[in-house]
Amino acid sequence: MGLYDMPINNLNKLIASGAVQATEVVEDVFDRIEQVEGKVRAYLTLNKEAALQQARRIDEQVAHGEEIDPLAGVPVALKDNICTKGLRTTCASRFLESFQPPYDATVVERLRARGAVILGKTNMDEFAMGSSCENSAFFPTHNPWDLQRVPGGSSGGSAAAVAAGEAVYALGSDTGGSVRQPAALCGVVGMKPTYGFVSRFGVVAFASSLDQIGPVTRNVQDCALVMNAICGRDPLDSTSADIAPPDFTSFLTGNVKGLRLGVPKEYFAAGTDPAVADAVRAAVDKLCELGAVAEECSLPHTEYGLSAYYIIATAEASSNLARYDGVCYGRRDEVRADLLEMYLHTRKNGFGPEVKRRIMLGTYALGSGYYEAYYLKAQKVRTLIRRDFEQAFQKYDVLVAPTSPTTAFKIGERTEDLLAMYMTDVCTLPVNLAGLPGISIPCGFKDGLPIGLQLIGRQFDDGRLLQAAYAFEQNTDFHQRRPQLDGTGR
Amino acid sequence: MKIAVTEVEYVAHLARLALDEEEKVGFTRQLNDILTHMDRLSRLDTEGVPPTYHAIDMKNVFRADQTRTWLSRAEALANAPDQENGCVKVPRVVEE
Amino acid sequence: MANGYRIVIGLEVHVELRTNTKIFCSCANRFGAEPNTQVCPICMGMPGTLPVLNKKALEYAIKAGLALNCNIASFSKFDRKNYFYPDLPKGYQVSQFDLPIAHGGWINITGEDGQPKRIGITRLHLEEDAGKLLHEGTDAFSSLVDYNRAGVPLIEIVSEPDLRSPEEARQYLTELRNILRYTGVSDVKMEEGSLRCDCNISLNPVTTDQYGTLVEVKNLNSFRAVQRALEYEVERQAALLDSGCQVKRETRSWDDSAGVTRSMRSKEKAHDYRYFPEPDLVPVAVDQAWVETIRQDLPELPEAKRKRFMQDLGLPPYDAEVLTASQELAAFFEECLAVYDDAKTVSNWVMGELLGYLNQEGLDITASPVAPKQLGELLQLIADGTISGKIAKQVFVQVCQTGKDPQTIVAEQGLRQISDSSQLEGIIAEVLAAHPQVAEDFRSGKEKALGFLVGQVMKATRGQANPQLVNELLRKKLQ
Repeated sequence: MGLYDMPINNLNKLIASGAVQATEVVEDVFDRIEQVEGKVRAYLTLNKEAALQQARRIDEQVAHGEEIDPLAGVPVALKDNICTKGLRTTCASRFLESFQPPYDATVVERLRARGAVILGKTNMDEFAMGSSCENSAFFPTHNPWDLQRVPGGSSGGSAAAVAAGEAVYALGSDTGGSVRQPAALCGVVGMKPTYGFVSRFGVVAFASSLDQIGPVTRNVQDCALVMNAICGRDPLDSTSADIAPPDFTSFLTGNVKGLRLGVPKEYFAAGTDPAVADAVRAAVDKLCELGAVAEECSLPHTEYGLSAYYIIATAEASSNLARYDGVCYGRRDEVRADLLEMYLHTRKNGFGPEVKRRIMLGTYALGSGYYEAYYLKAQKVRTLIRRDFEQAFQKYDVLVAPTSPTTAFKIGERTEDLLAMYMTDVCTLPVNLAGLPGISIPCGFKDGLPIGLQLIGRQFDDGRLLQAAYAFEQNTDFHQRRPQLDGTGR
Repeated sequence: MKIAVTEVEYVAHLARLALDEEEKVGFTRQLNDILTHMDRLSRLDTEGVPPTYHAIDMKNVFRADQTRTWLSRAEALANAPDQENGCVKVPRVVEE
Repeated sequence: MANGYRIVIGLEVHVELRTNTKIFCSCANRFGAEPNTQVCPICMGMPGTLPVLNKKALEYAIKAGLALNCNIASFSKFDRKNYFYPDLPKGYQVSQFDLPIAHGGWINITGEDGQPKRIGITRLHLEEDAGKLLHEGTDAFSSLVDYNRAGVPLIEIVSEPDLRSPEEARQYLTELRNILRYTGVSDVKMEEGSLRCDCNISLNPVTTDQYGTLVEVKNLNSFRAVQRALEYEVERQAALLDSGCQVKRETRSWDDSAGVTRSMRSKEKAHDYRYFPEPDLVPVAVDQAWVETIRQDLPELPEAKRKRFMQDLGLPPYDAEVLTASQELAAFFEECLAVYDDAKTVSNWVMGELLGYLNQEGLDITASPVAPKQLGELLQLIADGTISGKIAKQVFVQVCQTGKDPQTIVAEQGLRQISDSSQLEGIIAEVLAAHPQVAEDFRSGKEKALGFLVGQVMKATRGQANPQLVNELLRKKLQ
C-alpha cells in the first residue's frame, strides 16, 4: 500500500510519530497524480508548491515535538466551488476561469487551522449543475473503475480523485446528491451532512436552501474524522445551526443492535438496475445479521421529488447566478460599449448549456404568473416530502436505499436525454429537500462497477449514519477494492 | 405547448442571456419537456400545506454591529475586469 | 391651479440607518469615504458569500416603525428582488416583500384647513442600499461604480395616497424627517442621500372618487424639489386632462435646473422582479417584550412635544412648531426654562436672539456658543431689574462672543441698571433744563413728548437707567 492509499488515521499517526514526513506524503500523492491523472482528469488546478509548504510546517511542528491535529499533514482535494484564498476557484466555468477569491471558505479555514494540506481543486459539473461531470466547461473526468464512464457528479472530480488515490480525502458539495452519487459511482464514501451542520460560507452557491458541503473518503472512519473538522456553527452563515456537533468517531462502535431500519419501497422503482436493488437488499440483510431490524416502508411523495427539486433548485440558482454579470469580477465580453449587450454576451459566453437551461427554467418558475404554479407549489410539495420523512422517522432510525438507481454510465450516454440524466439523482435529492443527512458507502459491484448504499437519517442525527455505515463496512470488504489504473485502462 | 418561443425570448432577456436561433429552438423544446414532466405537481392537492423555504427551522440569527476591515481596495478590485480611479468601470449606464 | 381635480399623492421614502456597520456585513457604514474602501467580499457579492443580519439595523427599523405608529410584525422575512444593474453586485437586492417588519402606521400633519390631518403609512420595510454610479471622471462611454454604499441598511416607508397637495407632501416629508431625526436612527440628510423620496401622483375630476392614472416621479434631491416637481406635475396632468388627453402611466424624472419632469425611457417591458424568500437569511420573530424594550427607548416625539409646549407651557402653535423642529433646539429651550420659567419669554429669546445669532453665524444649535443656563440667567437679570431688556441684548451678544456668564459681563462693564431715584433725579433735572419746550409740550397734553425726554435720560445714563423708573419720575416732575 502506498502512502497515497492509506487511511487518514494511519497517515496522521505516521506523520505525528516522525516515521514519515508530511512532505513525503505530499510527494507520494503527487507521484500518484502524475501516474494516473492523465487518465482520470480529476483536477482543475494543482497546488504542489503550496501543499509542500503546508506539509513542511507540519513537519516542523513534529520536529519541535508539538502535538498535531488528527488531520494535520493529510492531503485533501477540494471541489472547485469551494473558495480558496489566492488559489483560483472556477466552478468549472468559463465565467470564473481566472477568478482568485480574496478569502477562504469557512471549511477551508477550518481545514487549514488543523494543518490539512491542500492538493488542489477538483473538476465538477459547471456550478455543480449536473450528475456526470460532463458539464465541466474544461474537460470531463473519467471514472477510475472504467475510464469510458462518468465518475458521477457534480463532485465527480473529488470522488474520482479519492477513488484513484490522487487524494487521501476530498470535500464536495451536495445539492441533490452531488457528493453521494459520485461517491457511489466511484466506490468511495460520500456524505451529505444535515443542512446547517457545515458552513456554506465560501461555497459558491447553486441552490442555497439545498447546498451542503460533505466529505468524500475511502472509509467511514475517515469520513467521521473529516466531519469532526468541518461541522459546527459559523457566524458568517445565517443558516448554520447552533448545535454543537458530537465527536463523530464516538459512533464508530461497530454495533447496530436494535437499530431500526426502514427500506422505502419507492426508492426501488422502475428504472432501478436490479443488480443495484439486489446489492442494497443484501446490505440490509447484512445489517440485520449484525442485529439491526428492517422493514419495508413508504415515502409516498417520492415521485414528486424530482419535479419539486428541479423547480426549487433552478429558481434559487437563477438568482444566485445573477451575480455573474461581468461587472465586479470574472469574465466580461464587451460589445459596442453597451451595458445591456455586455450583460447578454458575457453571460452567453460565460455559461455552458446546462447552466443556461437551469437559469432559464428557474427564471421562468419565479416569473410573474408562474410563481404560484411552480415555485410556491414546489415548496409546498417539499413540505409533503419532509413530512413523509418525519413520519418514517417516528418508526425508524435510519432509512436504507440505493444511492443511484444505476452504476456509472458511459460518457455521452445521457447527455441528450435530460430527464434520464436528472433521474440519476432521484434517490438522493429528496434528502436535500428535507435537509436530512445522507451517506453513501460501497455495497457491491456490477460488472466491475461500484454500487452505493445510501443511509438517510434524522436531522442532526448524522452520527447514527456513521454508526450503521461503519458496522456494515467493518463486516464487508467492498471498501477495500481499488480500481486498476496501472495498466492501459479499459 | 407549455412555453412558446416568445416566452423563451422574454425569459432569456430577464436572465440577460443572449440566445442564438438554435438555442431558442432547443431551449423551447427542452423546457417544454421538463415543464410537462413537472406538471405532475399540479395533481397533488396542496391546499393548506405551508411552503418549506428553509431546510431547517431557524429564526433570529443576527450579528453585532461591529466593524471589521477585511479587504484593501486593491484586493477588492483585483478580480474586476476593468477599473479606473479606484472604481469598477462599466459600459456607461444611461438613465433608464 | 388644477381647478376641478382632486390631487392624490403618495410618497415612498428611503432612509439610510445610522448603524456602525452595513446591514449584512461588517463593513463600516460611513458617508464620504474614498470609493471602494468600505467593501468586503460580502457586499461586493463575491461568489460564496452570505449575508448575516445586523441586529442594530433591525432594531432601528422597529424603532422607526414605532415612532411612526406602525404595528411591528411578530414574524417577518427577507426576500430577493431580482434585477440587473451595475450598482447591484449580486444581481438582486435583499428586501422585504410580503412580510415587512412594520405596517399600518400614521403621522399627523396640518391640513389645508389648519386642522391636524392624519396621513397613513402603509408599510415600512428593511432592505439593503445599492452602490453608487459615477458618470464623471471617466470617458463618455463608461460609468464608474463605488460599492461603499452597497449594503448600507435602508428602510423604505410607503405612505397611503392620503396627500392632497404638493404642500401637504412637503409637510409630510418634513414631519417624517423630524420624527426620524428624533429617534436617532438616521441622519435624514437629503443632500447626503440618507433620505430619498419618490412620489406617486395622480389627478382625478372631483366628480368621481376613482383615482386617475398614476405617475411616478424620481430624482428628487431636496424638499423643495419634491414640492416643485409635484406642482409641475399637477399643472402638467391638469393641462392634459383639460384638453381631453390621457395621462400616461409612467415614471418621470425631475430636472431641477429646467424645472420640469421628463419621461424616463423604459427599455424594460413590465418589471418582473421575481421576488422569492431569501434562502440565505432566516426569518425574524419579534416578540412583544422586545418591541416594548425598543419602545422604552423612544424619545418624546415632535408631535407630543408640540402638544405639551402648547398645553402645559401655553406657547402659541408657531412657537411650538419652531422650537420642536429639532430635538436639540427643544432641549435647549427646556434647559433654559429650568433656569427661567417664563416660557413665552424664553421662547421669544430662543427664536429671536438665539436663532438669529446662530443663523447669522451659520451655526447649528448643537454648536451654540451660549449655554441654555446662560440664557436663563440673562433673562433672570432682566426680570429682577438688574439690567434692562435693551442692555440684555448687548450682553447676549457678548456672551456669544466671549463665552463669559451674563453676571460677569454686567459686573465687569458696570451695566447694572440705575434704579436709585436719588441718582436719577439730578440727571432728570438736567434734561428738563436742557429741553424746556418739550417739557412744556408734555404739560400741554402732548403725551409723545415724554418719550423724547425718557430717551434723553437713557442717553445720559448710557442706557443703564431703569426706563420705567425714569418714566415715573418724569411724570411726577412734570405734574
